[in-house]
Amino acid sequence: MSLEVALRHDFGPFGLDIAFSVDRPGITALFGPSGSGKSTTISAIAGLLRPAAGRIVVNGRVLLDTERGIVLPPRRRRLGYVFQDARLFPHLSVRSNLLFGWRRAGRPASRAEIDHLVELLGIGALLERRPGMLSGGERQRVALGRALLTAPEAVLLDEPLSALDHARKQEIMPYLERLRDEARMPMLYVSHAIDEVTRLADHMILLDGGRVAAAGAVSDVMARLDLFPLTGRFEAGAVLETVVGRHDAADALSELEFAGGRLVVPLVDAPPGARVRARVRARDVMLALHEPRDISANNILVAEVAGIRLDEGAFADVQLACGTTRLVARVTRRSVERLGLCPGLPIVAIIKAVTVDRRSLSPMGEPPAA
Amino acid sequence: MLTPAELEALLLSLKISSVAVLGALPFAVAAAALLARPAFRGKLVLDGLVHLPLVLPPVVMGYLLLIALGTRAPLGGWLLDTFGIRFMFSWSGAALAAAIVTFPFQVRAIRLALEAIDPGLSAAAETLGAGPVDRFFTIVLPLALPGIVAGAITAFAASLGEFGAIITFVSNVPGETRTLPLAIYTAIQTPGGEAAAARLVVISILLALAGLMLSEILARRVRRLTHR
Repeated sequence: MSLEVALRHDFGPFGLDIAFSVDRPGITALFGPSGSGKSTTISAIAGLLRPAAGRIVVNGRVLLDTERGIVLPPRRRRLGYVFQDARLFPHLSVRSNLLFGWRRAGRPASRAEIDHLVELLGIGALLERRPGMLSGGERQRVALGRALLTAPEAVLLDEPLSALDHARKQEIMPYLERLRDEARMPMLYVSHAIDEVTRLADHMILLDGGRVAAAGAVSDVMARLDLFPLTGRFEAGAVLETVVGRHDAADALSELEFAGGRLVVPLVDAPPGARVRARVRARDVMLALHEPRDISANNILVAEVAGIRLDEGAFADVQLACGTTRLVARVTRRSVERLGLCPGLPIVAIIKAVTVDRRSLSPMGEPPAA
Repeated sequence: MLTPAELEALLLSLKISSVAVLGALPFAVAAAALLARPAFRGKLVLDGLVHLPLVLPPVVMGYLLLIALGTRAPLGGWLLDTFGIRFMFSWSGAALAAAIVTFPFQVRAIRLALEAIDPGLSAAAETLGAGPVDRFFTIVLPLALPGIVAGAITAFAASLGEFGAIITFVSNVPGETRTLPLAIYTAIQTPGGEAAAARLVVISILLALAGLMLSEILARRVRRLTHR
């Protein structure tokens, strides 16, 4: 299972020149600020845009090789594409929309698979309706189903949530998580919203100015201080891979265990033992030289300063090693000076449980078989 | 209620207009599809040719047809010798004249409808495995259907009223090319024919009203079919 991409194209001030590969099922995020080349990349993979030069190979099948003059049209690429604006056919019912690609696929999904997908996406009650009667979230769910029913070898999602308001996003997230957990093919998810990426993706490819700035596990990329200007200023933070420990029903709190400590958060809707990814925003982490007493914060983690990146403004980002887990704290430069922070210094990280809300947690499904 | 001659003129008008509109429809869709594409070599010329009947006097169109398709004209003679097709003094010639004169109405309406279709839908169909012909018939044509119907109705109405091109090309033959307008013209030209002309005028008005209502019902049906 693999998706190999190498592209060069006339784009922006520096041009687009990227190469990456995705060799695992589930969601890999293609993340970057607007103008970084995400949309151009995904359009070129789908064949909707012809790059100046490039090579795209899916499961050993060459879709594009400009050197050898191979350019498969979009309809022969066997890729699912989910557009930002759903693009359902307004004159066809939801059922006909779903089956449009299915009827044309060389080896389509079986009846049972169709039924399963319809149930998984919760669109069974919509089948006879016209797209015009659907909400934005429903439309996007149908678009997901339509793309998946072609039995694609890889799925491309072009900012599928960016046209939706916050409530609709939250409504559709669980469906995406279930699809991701069941997916047997790579799903390349374009987004410029870091909360979507940290919630849905295991791996990410970070684009900047038409180049690949970083690629790897989300938790690794998100903890890198040098990438902080790209991974989001206000929302930046570390991503922890945790396992649900004890629930305390009386206080409505849960414990999330990770290599290097334990995090107390508001009650998590997952059984003990379930894997959950937690995003801890850098601005929500406080630092102290000594363990504070009589403090309301529930999480006091013993760590060590691993790196410091001074910002041009008032801020500094401090990377912490908490066991093998990396955390990031955003403090003022003045505090860095006052506390004498430097790499290797033992430190205490203080995190309020209330800052880890439901939006920063996402179930991860079963660990992929190695 | 209707005299045999009136009934004949009415039915002939309906037949000629129906054949004119339906016969021209595929060509109108093709021309509109071409004109809806981004600029290509010869687009201006094609655009001009399609719209020529709209700006030329119908008599001129009829005369041009007469020159081209008369039995002694090269093209008309060839058609007669090879296929036995004769347009002169024939209702099929009247339908051809009406089709050409009303062709721009169809093309304009269909072209507007085609241009209003989100090109993203075609791209989506492409990622779902649909080739160009497939996309045209499953996505583009159904979405353009309201425009196609509107164009056909306009062209049908214009065909019913066509006078100049028909009388110039295929003359005024009772039962063959004498449509309602030609019958009215004939009645007016006949001494004492005012009463007959008045009856034909009433028939024309009733026909027009019925047509308008029918077209509105049809347009509503189509809209419900394609959107909502």
